[in-house]
This record gives sequence, structure tokens and C-alpha cells, in this order.
Amino acid sequence: MYRYDEFDHQFVSERTAQFRDQANRRMAGVITEDEFRPLRLMNGLYLQLHAYMLRVAIPYGTLSGKQMRQLAYIADKYDRGYGHFTTRQNIQYNWIKLEESADILQDLADVEMHAIQTSGNCIRNVTTDHWAGAAADELLDPRPIGELIRQWSSLHPEFSFLPRKFKFAITGAPHDRAAVKVHDIGLRAHKNDKGETGWEVMVGGGQGRTPMVAVTVRDFLPEKDVIPYLEAIMRVYNLYGRRDNKYKARIKILVHELGAEKFKAEVEAEYARNPAQTTEVEQRELARIEKYFAKPALEKLSRFAPHFEEAKRANPDFARWAKNNLAAHQHDGYTIVNISLKPEGGIPGDASGEQMRVMATLGERYSQDELRVSHAQNIVLPHVKLDDVFAVWQALKAADLAAANYGLVGDIIACPGLDYCALATARSIPIAQALSRKFADVARQEHYGPVKLNISGCINACGHHHVGHIGILGLDKKGEEFYQITLGGSSSEKASIGTILGPGFAAHEVPDAIETILETYVKLREPGEEFLAAYRRVGPKPFKEALYATA
Amino acid sequence: MSQIEKGQVMTANRLRDGIAVFLTRSGEWSEKIDEAALVQEPQATAALESRAAADVKATLVTGQYLIDAERIESKVRATLIRERIRTLGPSVRPDLGKQAEGTAGAFAAVEG
Repeated sequence: MYRYDEFDHQFVSERTAQFRDQANRRMAGVITEDEFRPLRLMNGLYLQLHAYMLRVAIPYGTLSGKQMRQLAYIADKYDRGYGHFTTRQNIQYNWIKLEESADILQDLADVEMHAIQTSGNCIRNVTTDHWAGAAADELLDPRPIGELIRQWSSLHPEFSFLPRKFKFAITGAPHDRAAVKVHDIGLRAHKNDKGETGWEVMVGGGQGRTPMVAVTVRDFLPEKDVIPYLEAIMRVYNLYGRRDNKYKARIKILVHELGAEKFKAEVEAEYARNPAQTTEVEQRELARIEKYFAKPALEKLSRFAPHFEEAKRANPDFARWAKNNLAAHQHDGYTIVNISLKPEGGIPGDASGEQMRVMATLGERYSQDELRVSHAQNIVLPHVKLDDVFAVWQALKAADLAAANYGLVGDIIACPGLDYCALATARSIPIAQALSRKFADVARQEHYGPVKLNISGCINACGHHHVGHIGILGLDKKGEEFYQITLGGSSSEKASIGTILGPGFAAHEVPDAIETILETYVKLREPGEEFLAAYRRVGPKPFKEALYATA
Repeated sequence: MSQIEKGQVMTANRLRDGIAVFLTRSGEWSEKIDEAALVQEPQATAALESRAAADVKATLVTGQYLIDAERIESKVRATLIRERIRTLGPSVRPDLGKQAEGTAGAFAAVEG
């Protein structure tokens, strides 16, 4: 099970004490808000519309039952009894008081958690495939190299004042569930003929106001060279990245402005400048870290689970949920349980303290004491015996956590939007709720097949609208909220940025517009053709016609 | 016909807990926008600004700014949806924030 080590323990305690002092000095007026802001942001504390917001890091989305229970405790004690799981595999609390924030950091430190790298112009906490270490298609667990990157980058003096924030995502599987091509740097594992691991290095992806798909600068970087090579990229960025305009400061702009070839040449030149690398990845160190992510001792089981099969036959609701919410595990007799935090009419990613405790208990009892947060704002139980799945489902159902819409149109990603966020230009949650109600019937969702519907409440794109098969962006037009629809985005290994269909819609028009899009797809799809494939085949025209012809 | 008085209101977040507050005529910070001083004259605006700046210095509030608003029969309506949401709490959680605590403004984020 993931743990942070003694170095982390020391620096997290020191950081917590340091932050307590900073917060006290702020409240005493010794330091100004301008002085305090970067300090609080380095500890994940934002000021939002209604209160302070604390963003807590969940490295690789990986949590123990005890840690999830502590998140529930914090929700109940310091917040209003709930938290919001984010598209960065983290959790945010919406009603935090500055005067209690250091106590919360201490409570987090008690369970080896913190809010470092969740904000500011530094290397942010690394995200990975939420099925890491469990997925059937995985080549290797991406978390050890992620952890190495975290240890190298945390408080790294050279990379603590970058032109802008910097996000890594890593996948160890050919099916990219970590959206690596829309991050500043994406890494993807490959094995060569000799069985050696290498990493494909992709740079310059991102969303926000200038969405871009990353370019590959190395196809197969030997594992030992990962950190020195990343250092070279960071140095080129630190040197040439624009600091004069924050909208042009992300590395994607640099890659775009220089051109991929020139950028790559700069990186290679920088890399060649330091031949004897002190940061070369030592096998011994990587092996030590790998132990933190050691595969749990799973039982030898048959692929056929009679109890599970029987429960599906006897209970159609369970069968439907199992069909949609389970994923293939690499170990026979086990499965990955995806808990949808998208109940009908609910707020995507929100969970109450009580629900967190239910999930913590299920993780402890049935999933090797492990839970994951996915960037799609769901919770994963990565190692569940098939024959335990029915019991898990029953407990989830009792806690209103058994939505059977995983990967379907009801499984909506939405940022907090203007209901909470100081940067937002429009609300996103009410749109998600209206859509979730409109398509509440899971049979109807299954009829539409896999659809990623993502909603952002501003151009910063925390709701990943650019890479939604259907994306919705909330904007402000002369004081009114209106919503732009994009189609054809994807964050998979075949990543693409969605295309804006046409003029935007008022909030109340959005559900019908989405229905029109889905029904248009149903009419034109070929047998077995999924939404995205159909869109890629036919392009936006039929959807535009259907949406705007009668308008 | 009811009297509509247009003007500006000074708002900020309380430093200790981040709650949205509004500057009143007596120079206090209230959680209720209805108690806010609504001003039109440059001189009055300047007075709000200087009071807010002093209270920022005194660590009472942070992030102060003026918002457009109007007073309708003793109720204050912020012009922007964003600001109306700040006077209420999240529109998706009517059980939380000012709207649940008796300190809400009188105007919904979106009015039909």
C-alpha cells in the first residue's frame, strides 16, 4: 500500500507548523494578503465565493480506508458534511475557515496526507490511471515512476517558481485513462523486445483557453533516464516559457510557438549538456518505491464466480450495475468496482462524510484496504473478489452510491462552476443535474452507449469540456449564463480537442440540445458504432443541421 | 410603482472564515446584502473604499471590491449572477450558506 516515507513525514510536519505560523501572522496583520496568498496557495488554500476552499492532494488518487475516513472526519468537523472529488484526483472542501486551516493540515498529516502541490506555479501532484495496479490491460503500474517524479519535484527549488502551473499524468496501459496527452507532460509505458521498460514522453498538451494535444518528443526513453530528461524539459521551459502573459505561460504555448521540432532540439541540447547525471534513476531506489505499490496478496481463484453469477440472475438491478460499473482485473476471480458519484440529479463528485465512511469500510473489507479517486470524479475499489461484489453493491445501494451509469451519459464530469468558484463565468452543476435527470433511465443511457459528457463553468476547463465526446462550456453573455457545445473531444490514446458546433444555448435549452445530438447519433450510427467513432466518421455537419436547422 | 435606487455596494470576504460580507452605512460588515450601504456619489464611493481599505489593514476583511446593485423596497439586488450567488450560497445546495442561515439576499441568482 502506498505510504509516504520518513522524508515526507518530516517535511509535511515542518510545512504544517510553518503554515500555522503564516496563518497566525496573517490574522494578526503582520503579513498582508499579497504576501500571504502565495503561501496559502502552496498549501492548497484558496479563497472562493462563499468561504475558503482547501484542496487536498490524493497522490495517484490512492487512498487507504483510514485516509478516506479522515477525509470524512474533516468534512464533518470543519466543513458542511461533504467534499468534492476533483478532476485532478483530489478532494476539495468548500466551507473552510482560515482560522481552522492549520488544524486541518495537521489532521491530514496524521494520516500521511497534505495539500502540497495542489496549487501554485509548481509541478502539481502527479496523476495516473485510476486502475493502476489492477487493470487487465496494464503493462506496468505507473505509480512508482509517478512517485519518483513526486519526490524529485516536491519543493524542488529550481522548479518552484515556474512560469505557470505544471501537470504530469502517467499511464502504464495502452488504453489511456489518465488523459496523458492533455497534460503538460504525459508519460506512457512501453516494453521493447527485450522486455525492458521505456517511457514515451509527450509534451505540451493541455486544456484551458488554448487546448492542445501533446507532441511526442521521445518514443522510448529508457527508465533510468526519465528524471534527467524531465529536468531538461523543465529547464527549457523555465528558460523560454513566457512570464509576461499568464495566458501564454503554459508549456503548450512554448511548444507551439517554437514548433515541436525546435522544442525537441532544445530539450535534446539541454539534455546533452549534462552527460553524467546525478539524477539518473537508480534501480535500487525505484525498487524501494515499487514496494510501496506492491501488488496485494490476492487469492488464487477461479475465473468463474458462482455466487456472483447467481446474484446477477436473481437481481436484474444488480446485473445492470455489474455490467456497467465493473472493469476487468488482471487477477482471475477479482474485479475493479467503479462507484459512480453521479446519482440521478446529484452533484458530480460530491460525497457526504457518511458516504465516504461507507466507501472506506468497503475498501477495508473488500478491496485490500485500497480506494482510488478517478479524474472522472468517481471512486474505485480496485481489488474486489467477484464473489464479494453483490455484498459491496448492497452496501453501496443503501448509501445512495449504486448509480449504474459508469461510462455512460449520466456519468458527467463537472467542475464546481459559479455555484462555488471565484473564476467561473457560469454554473455547471445545475446543467449536470438537469442532464442527469433527463437521461435518468439507465436503459436509455445504455442505448446511447459510452459517452463522455464534460462540463466546465469557464474557459479554464477544470471540467475537461474540450476532451468530452460532448463538451459544454458555460460562459457569460451580458450578464446571462449561456453554454457552448463542442463535439468530438477525447482524452484517450487517440486524443482530440472538441469542435464548437455553433452558437450557444441558454441553460434551459441545453438538455434538449444534448438530446438532439444523441438522437442524431442514434439515427446515423452503424451497427455497434460508438458515439465518438460515429462523430469522427461523419463530422459535425449532421449534428449542426439537427441542432440549428429548426432554430 | 416601487422606487428603484441604483448604485454600488462594497463587498469583501471576512478574513477569518472567508464569508462574503457587505459594508453597511454604519461602517460595519454585514453578511446580509440588504444591510449594505448603496452609494451613487463619487464621494460616498470613496468613503466606502477608504473604509474597506482600513478594514483590510485591520485584518477584518480581504479581497474588497465594489459591485453594481440596486435597492428595491429596502432589498438590495446585486446586478451580476455571481454576486447574487454570493448573497445566497450555492444555488445547488439551498440547505447551505446564507440562504439557509437567515442572512440571504432577496433575489435569486436567475430570476424568471
